[in-house]
Amino acid sequence: MATILETDNLKKNYYAKQALGGISMKLESGRILGLMGPNGSGKTTFLKIIAGLQKSSGGSFAVDGKPAGYESKKHVSFLPDRNTLYPWMKASDAIDFYADFFGDFDRAKAIDMLDFMKLKKDDAVRTMSKGMIEKLNLTLTFSRRAKLFLLDEPLGGVDPVARERIVSTIIRTWTEDSAIIISTHLVNDVEHIFNDVAFIDDGKLVLSGDAEALRTERGKSIDQLYLEIFGNK
Amino acid sequence: MSEFDPNIPIYIQIMHTIKQDIVSGKMKPGDKLASVRELAETLSVNPNTVQRAYQELEREGVSETRRGTGTYIMETERLIPDLRSEMAKSVMQKFIAGMRSLGLTDDEIVSAIDGEIRGGKN
Repeated sequence: MATILETDNLKKNYYAKQALGGISMKLESGRILGLMGPNGSGKTTFLKIIAGLQKSSGGSFAVDGKPAGYESKKHVSFLPDRNTLYPWMKASDAIDFYADFFGDFDRAKAIDMLDFMKLKKDDAVRTMSKGMIEKLNLTLTFSRRAKLFLLDEPLGGVDPVARERIVSTIIRTWTEDSAIIISTHLVNDVEHIFNDVAFIDDGKLVLSGDAEALRTERGKSIDQLYLEIFGNK
Repeated sequence: MSEFDPNIPIYIQIMHTIKQDIVSGKMKPGDKLASVRELAETLSVNPNTVQRAYQELEREGVSETRRGTGTYIMETERLIPDLRSEMAKSVMQKFIAGMRSLGLTDDEIVSAIDGEIRGGKN
């Protein structure tokens, strides 16, 4: 087992407003981490910093042993919480677009996954439902041979059938030598695919650990724990 | 998807389901178990969790891994009777604990069972 992600006191301020108040965590290979917290708790900021899309205001992190920067960014595949593809693009254009951008993009895998997602190569983003767009974006994210996959709210606004397909894809993509972080507040649907969970509130970790150990120790599902921690928010 | 009991580790619940399938005849000795990834996908659980369930089943002598081909249910004569009595015992313990928590004495429990089973016949 190797450490895929290590963060040390990671901080982010937007001018006077603090978004992350010092997050330290460690994620080993082969693990799936659930990053949970209400809207505005800092989940997206955290993921964007790891993905190299934003600069931290303090602290440090390393991906697969490489310190933040060009090298760390190469190993991270990020699924943003909103669609970033142009409406005129067909699924096949989007695949070409990603293949041009990322050296580790696996075209055969993308085509395979597209099929599993029941999407057609000639479908245009403009004509797709929200669930289809999410599935296309997920296909692109997962078709890279990355070490760390970051999924920001992959289940938001998606119907239960599409959700199940997305969960299946996450399990299919899982490998021993990579790690996945999933941010969500739809805990119930995915809690059993998490090895580790981290609850984040106001930019700080309030509880984290092994999912199974927490369930046994507290006699509660992760979903119930979520309600307990954030119930009065 | 999430019909798991939050109070019991999931790998134990997976082991229980497999044992139940063996006792009920849904799966037979010598049958191949689904691959870790397949079962993880069907149950929407982490592959490590299924892996753990398989490891424990193997340790208990319920299944065996044949190199390169997968995990199979053991082909021993004792397997089904052993599993059946193990599971019967656990059902019984839960039942008795439940009855005791209702305030029944052990004698009352015995006669309650007796009455329920033979009730229709007398």
